[in-house]
Amino acid sequence: MTFSKDKLDLKKVGYDETGETPRSASFLLEDDTARVSTSKERELVMDSMRRARVDRPWVRELEWSLVDPDSDEFTRLVASHEDPAGNFIHVLEGAKIRFPAQSCFLLKADRNEQVLHNIIVLEPGSELHLITGCTAASYSNAGKHIAVTEIFVREGATLTYTMVHDWAPEVEVRPRTGIVVEQGGTYLSNYIALTRVKHIDTNPLAIVESGGTARFNSILYAKEGSHFDVGGRINLRGVGSRGEIISRVVATKSSVISRGLIEGKNADTKGHMECNGIMLDEEALIHAIPELKATYPDTELSHEAAVGKIAGEQLNYLMSRGLTEEEARALIIRGFLDVKIEGLPQSLQKVIDQMIEQAMAKEAI
Amino acid sequence: MKPLLEIERLTVAIDDAPLLSNVNMTIAAGEIHVVFGPNGTGKSSLIKAIMGLPPYRIVSGDVRFEGKSILHLPIDERARLGIGLAFQQPPAVRDVSLAALGKALGIDKRKLHDEATQLGMDGHINRGLNDGFSGGEQKRSELLQLLLQQPKLLLLDEPESGVDVDSLKLLTAVIERLFQRDLPIRERTVGGIIVTHTGSVLKHLHATRGYVLVNGRIMCSGAPLDIFDQIAENGFGNCLAEAQIKEKIHDFLKG
Repeated sequence: MTFSKDKLDLKKVGYDETGETPRSASFLLEDDTARVSTSKERELVMDSMRRARVDRPWVRELEWSLVDPDSDEFTRLVASHEDPAGNFIHVLEGAKIRFPAQSCFLLKADRNEQVLHNIIVLEPGSELHLITGCTAASYSNAGKHIAVTEIFVREGATLTYTMVHDWAPEVEVRPRTGIVVEQGGTYLSNYIALTRVKHIDTNPLAIVESGGTARFNSILYAKEGSHFDVGGRINLRGVGSRGEIISRVVATKSSVISRGLIEGKNADTKGHMECNGIMLDEEALIHAIPELKATYPDTELSHEAAVGKIAGEQLNYLMSRGLTEEEARALIIRGFLDVKIEGLPQSLQKVIDQMIEQAMAKEAI
Repeated sequence: MKPLLEIERLTVAIDDAPLLSNVNMTIAAGEIHVVFGPNGTGKSSLIKAIMGLPPYRIVSGDVRFEGKSILHLPIDERARLGIGLAFQQPPAVRDVSLAALGKALGIDKRKLHDEATQLGMDGHINRGLNDGFSGGEQKRSELLQLLLQQPKLLLLDEPESGVDVDSLKLLTAVIERLFQRDLPIRERTVGGIIVTHTGSVLKHLHATRGYVLVNGRIMCSGAPLDIFDQIAENGFGNCLAEAQIKEKIHDFLKG
């Protein structure tokens, strides 16, 4: 019986089954079966995609409107499924959901291929904090998680989307995400992956309309044998739109491609990107690819990138205060990954802080 | 009672380039020894070598702390024995705050906050260490860390350089505290070395002994304020002249 083990795994990705932490809604998908879909808020719909396609036919019209089904073999695979599993989230107009909603995608059966299509819609003026955890039930299994997610942040709405990946060493992960942020809307994405995985590649695209804002924060700790190809693209399409991409990468015996692309396409647009990486050993590879593209003169785009090992003088300095070299290194890495995210509720920031603590404790570097 | 620190015929190099030659010094608890010298003469190298910092290589001689050689010990073990160093130019450690360092060292949060407040550093507790700190803030941060660390042997590298008059008063008061100047001499358990070129911290400290380090060698020693007055009047000229004579005698004896 692996039930208690699963519970443990879910907590690690921010999914609270105990009710200790207030949640407005919960969704749990085990392989491709929805085990939990509940909401405590009338103005927040939390459902499976299979049911949503039946109950709300308009959902079908949203599918594939932000992600091209022909993008690559993985989108084609999702498109080839007639009724793929997934999570449907709908926040009604003007609803400001106080407590975070949570969803979890659990890869339970060994060597399973989880193929998903998710739709998230925030109607005008609504607000939601969503935490999504993706994990495998045990560390011995292999599998694939292939997910198309389309996110609609309507006029003046705000979504903070915190995604935690905690996979197994043999799992392949291929999320394909498209976001539209309509006039005056805000989309804030926090992506956290701190455990071993075979392969993750994800490069979501946010299209931002007038006065809208999109931010991508990534906190990655790539461990032995992992390959990450992670990034974010922001298309500043509307007048006065804003975009920011921040990534913090720590790599040991692994390879990470850290991408970022901000396109300024209209007047008074601003974008900024920061890609910072720490290499822990000679078997690590970090390839930072920050790209800025301006197709309108009145746009302001900037980036900074720094990749390297921890400076010896910093380690020596902390050691001169009494920390061992390992403790000094861990303290620097913990601080490096500890990005305080603006606009995130304290409860979710706490989840992220705890995950970093756990990752560091487990690694005992 | 064993001396706190014994430096015996210490010769230090970086790679093959000699920096310090045949340095001898003995420091008991309650004593403050002051090292003067022109720039680039090896003053900072001496205390960094005692701390075990790279790239300094001990060629010969010994450094004993409370009677035991520490040359084989890594930096952190020396710190945990009770040796504390205030860096002249500490590196910026952007990702580690004073609060995080304090937590890692098991220092009480309130104590950290109280000490930081007294030093006017309470607004810096959650900032990256030395990241964007002014010169004065760096000095205060270094002394704050030593107050929390409570070392028995203090190694202070130019603790007063580049600070204004008001900050100097504050820093001098902290240094007096670190050296337990409020206790009767016999009860003091802390001693150390101060490297200085301005000597302005000496006025209230009543240091025990002064040295002038020239070209990696101790050329003169005596009462710190006397040495300081001589330097103020004649620069290092007297000592350099003395050093040249000593050098000639040394060469002559060497044959």
